[in-house]
Amino acid sequence: MNEKILTTDHISMEFGGLRAVSDFSLEIAPGEIVGLIGPNGAGKTTVFNMITGVYTPTSGKIFFKDRDITGLKTDRITSLGIARTFQNIRLFESMSVLENVMISKHLRLKANLAEAVMNLPRYRHARQQHYDECMELLKKVQLDRLVNEKATSLPYGKQRRLEIVRALATEPAILLLDEPAAGMNPNESMELMDFIAQLREEFKLTVLMIEHHMEVVMGICERIYVLDYGVALADGNPAEIQNNPAVIEAYLGAVELDA
Amino acid sequence: MDKRKGMKTILTIALLAGTGLLLFGVQNNLDSFQIRILNLAAIYTILGLSMNLVIGFTGMFSLGHSGFMCVGAYTAAILTMSPASKELIYYMEPINPILAQIQWPVFPAILAAGLVAAIFGLLVGIPALRLRDDYLAIATLGFAEIIRIVVTNTISITNGSLGLKNIPSIRSIWVYWGCAIITIIILKRIINSSWGYAFKAIRDNEIAAEAMGISIFKHKLLSFTIGAFFAGVAGALMGFIITSIDPTMFRFLFTFQILLIVVLGGMGSLTGTVISAIVITIMMEVLRFVEGPINLLGIISIPGLPGMRMVIFSLGLLMVILFYRQGLMGTREFNWDWLLKWFGRSKSVERGDSI
Repeated sequence: MNEKILTTDHISMEFGGLRAVSDFSLEIAPGEIVGLIGPNGAGKTTVFNMITGVYTPTSGKIFFKDRDITGLKTDRITSLGIARTFQNIRLFESMSVLENVMISKHLRLKANLAEAVMNLPRYRHARQQHYDECMELLKKVQLDRLVNEKATSLPYGKQRRLEIVRALATEPAILLLDEPAAGMNPNESMELMDFIAQLREEFKLTVLMIEHHMEVVMGICERIYVLDYGVALADGNPAEIQNNPAVIEAYLGAVELDA
Repeated sequence: MDKRKGMKTILTIALLAGTGLLLFGVQNNLDSFQIRILNLAAIYTILGLSMNLVIGFTGMFSLGHSGFMCVGAYTAAILTMSPASKELIYYMEPINPILAQIQWPVFPAILAAGLVAAIFGLLVGIPALRLRDDYLAIATLGFAEIIRIVVTNTISITNGSLGLKNIPSIRSIWVYWGCAIITIIILKRIINSSWGYAFKAIRDNEIAAEAMGISIFKHKLLSFTIGAFFAGVAGALMGFIITSIDPTMFRFLFTFQILLIVVLGGMGSLTGTVISAIVITIMMEVLRFVEGPINLLGIISIPGLPGMRMVIFSLGLLMVILFYRQGLMGTREFNWDWLLKWFGRSKSVERGDSI
């Protein structure tokens, strides 16, 4: 499996009689930004859900750094180093911005509940260290002035950004972004593109993203996979995808019309 | 910042000392009936807090509390009763010889009651917590009934439906409120710890919590087991206050009373639960007069109806759900920052003392 960070080997997902994804294979090398596109209902989010353990593929295998992670539980997969965001924002609504990010550090906490209740040094120090790390992270993404705000009271664009930061706080090697630019105007999506590029530089991340905004996908992704009705239609660099007749027919043509 | 922290520590110590003084005054000045009601309030505080941890903070709609209380009450009772009175009570079927000779002091027995209830919590939680929402409520309700039925039928251990009598009586307010204060402190620390936030994350959004690396099942089970532990402690105390227990005490209605306290106080607020537990327990006694015959100016006359108090509480609950859904405190907590702000930035140490 050489040096690929994430590989899906002919994965399929069936819900009853419905084949949401069939025989889908992808390979991602460390440091790449890869796009996953396709019309609505093509099975993109299902692919994400299989990679993150929400669903276990009905057939096929998933490898993360040569390790078979097929069928592992979601929290286990996150602790190995795969983090994700959601298509519809899922922040913890009762919590502040900082608390939302601190949640992601819980899995890295090396102390037990008894130590926490008695506030023993090992717990206190770990917690302080996590606090510092989260504050630093929030500073890097210019959310540090809003740490005590309620997460759901932030403007939409910042909520999206916070979701990405929260995923980053789990210290992932690969980040899965599910439509990060959904609901954004062209200006905001350009900002988001810069943001993702900046994060990749800073954290040596690999990114796999689902996105409908073509300017974002074409602008930032080095390689693109196209799904249609759960079947891989094409893969290649942005130029190849843009000129692929099958893709244009299935997808880009329609977008071009209403854009 | 540090100065503020120091001040808050002083305030907290002052509050604890103030509570101690208050309890001392109560112990020496009120009659035994009033003290008993306050002790009952302490028990309901523990019960409300433990249920709030499960329902309000972790978002699991569990209705099995009376079952865990039942386990705790029996454990503590069997461990503390004297061998002589055990011999006297178990006349249907002789008591298990190992249990017959045991007589523990009160505090180890309370702890053991909590631990045994926690083990039951673990055993019930492992299958039941795979469910959620109303399904979980039904399943836990069922398990609580199962516990009660098992207790009724393991006669050589529990004396079956005859129940246990002559449980050592404890009247001291220190025991009950001591346990309640320790419970408040432990639960407050859990809630404010990384685990407490993990519980709240599960309540807010289970899918996101799992994606952030929180093992849902493990944390739910942890919260549920801690809840069962404190329910067991409260059950033990209930035995010591009433001095006789039997399985019919721990019916579903009991769980409903605790739920009432939690909902009225605010799901997700420890402060709210403490306040509403005290208020409701006292109201339960104060409102006894409505169960006597009522005569309104000769127009309406109602004969004495037992259960009228519950009608008033049900109406109260209805009002809260219709017009003030978050309860007394919502998810807010009492904290010194809030109080200090209230009093302005002036030196509030002496003032804080008087609160």
